[in-house]
Amino acid sequence: MWTLFQIEVYKIFRRPRTYIAFAAITGLIGIIQFGLKLDGAQYVEFMMRDITSSITIEGNILNGYQVCYIVLQVLLVHVPLLIALVAADMISGEANMGTLRLLLTKPISRDAFLVAKFMATMVYTLLLLIWLAILALFLNMLIFGTDDLFLLKSSYVVLLRENDIFWRYCGAFAFAALAMSTVAALGFLLSLFANNSIGPIVATMSIIVFLTILSTLNIPLFSYVKPYLFTTHMIGWKEFFDIKVNASNEALSGTIQHPMRIVQSALVLLAHIVLFLLISIWVFRKKDILS
Amino acid sequence: MQPLVKITALTKQFGHLTAVDHLSFSVEPASVYGFLGQNGAGKSTTIRMLTGLIMPSSGEIEIFGLSLAKHKKEILKQIGAVIEKPDVYQYLSAYDNLQLFARLSGIRPTRVSLMDQLAQVGLADRAKDKVAGFSQGMKQRLGIAIALVHQPQLIILDEPTNGLDPQGIADIRHLIIHLRTELKKTVIVSSHLLSEIEQVATQLLIIHKGKKVKEGNASELFDPAQTVVQLSTEQNETAWAVLQASSWQPYLQRITPEGIILKVDRRQIPALHQSLVHLQIPLISLQPRHSLEDYFLQVTTPGYVDTLSN
Repeated sequence: MWTLFQIEVYKIFRRPRTYIAFAAITGLIGIIQFGLKLDGAQYVEFMMRDITSSITIEGNILNGYQVCYIVLQVLLVHVPLLIALVAADMISGEANMGTLRLLLTKPISRDAFLVAKFMATMVYTLLLLIWLAILALFLNMLIFGTDDLFLLKSSYVVLLRENDIFWRYCGAFAFAALAMSTVAALGFLLSLFANNSIGPIVATMSIIVFLTILSTLNIPLFSYVKPYLFTTHMIGWKEFFDIKVNASNEALSGTIQHPMRIVQSALVLLAHIVLFLLISIWVFRKKDILS
Repeated sequence: MQPLVKITALTKQFGHLTAVDHLSFSVEPASVYGFLGQNGAGKSTTIRMLTGLIMPSSGEIEIFGLSLAKHKKEILKQIGAVIEKPDVYQYLSAYDNLQLFARLSGIRPTRVSLMDQLAQVGLADRAKDKVAGFSQGMKQRLGIAIALVHQPQLIILDEPTNGLDPQGIADIRHLIIHLRTELKKTVIVSSHLLSEIEQVATQLLIIHKGKKVKEGNASELFDPAQTVVQLSTEQNETAWAVLQASSWQPYLQRITPEGIILKVDRRQIPALHQSLVHLQIPLISLQPRHSLEDYFLQVTTPGYVDTLSN
């Protein structure tokens, strides 16, 4: 199993396609950093236009933490596509190249082969998230410095102290990794049903768009299914940036307002990953290799 | 002697289509088993079932005396296969591909042994080149190196001469003969190039629409006494008269605008040629016409009539 896993990771990182996602994230974050560095003041002014009359804020608002939050809000919606590029190609790509039939004539069990490929997909997903964290968090901390994080929610504002932020980002990135792993598991499952990767990539994205729309629609009929949709829980990383307040409305450092929501969302995502993997194993065991 | 491969009532259905229908055969050790059939006859489906790529609908596959369904991993350790095209990773070099598949075959070869393997198929000087730039013949040779890297006992080659030039076809033929005679390996080979199979196979199986039509060795299937020969001369009428008066009279069939038709034992053809020279018949061509191909068409094509032998 370990040999299979090593080979799969080796294959992923020898393929040029793998680096499209890393290059895309680097380019997108670079553009955001470039724009905010040159024109950040105007962006902050626009962001704060509704509340500057009622409160006064001092300090470096557009700091690295703030930029990281902006980047995550923008990018985490699109990262699934980059994940799907590789995950949905894992089996279908081998079928398309014709290497699947050569691989499966080797003395390896289908279950071990599939699990090794799945684990390699998770490694890719994790490394992509780590790369995102390096660029979005650490690089922005270097470029824009650090200060308190000021977040505008729909009906309230959150002010997180500088020394109370970093661990929240660690949690948010860990949660995002889980959410993206769910996308990867879905793409991986769909890759079993095709002999080229275009179909599974498009199908993965279509399902995510469809379920995301269902998750956000406020129609009572859909409210029964929403809690079971993984797309409903993919934005759970934002919960790390809501802080508890006491009776005097003072923020309690080191707290999360709804920690159980995070746990619940993580469990739903984890259940989806396990479900997608088990279905993949079941399908692959019975699959005739005709490619 | 216990057969190395024993197939019993093997059947594969895809929906309503029966691709392989109660097929039974056995392969002796250290033999070359030729697998013949038209496109869609069920050759590839059978070979894919032998290598575990396709699950049989029913029937038994025993290899090395073990059930493939129960001992797949142990059996595949001793099998090297090239199924249809020898597709490998285009973005890796020949060396990297060979090393990767060697590890998947359960061995950790040294650099020297891998280079030696590549040298045997004539790819040592292209070892570090990416496969994307290889010709079909080079890919085929690499595929064979991958199939042989773990020294398997049974080698399965599905249409190994597809897309190869005449030199490549001859190389494959020599390799198959070498594997059987020198290394005592067992080879199962399928091809639509019947003349190729005829030259290397010790046993033959002809299937049609998933069913066994004939099985046996080449001499059993193809009666050498039934060879139809067509000879063309500058003056066929005169040659016909001369042959009528010679010891070849019993073998004469008929005269056609293209030449004279005789039915002889294949082994008599050299003597026939000598007689023609002796009888001073100016020969243009002498062609044995009743090949395995004719036989194959006879047994697999409904309504096929061998016009030359009638």
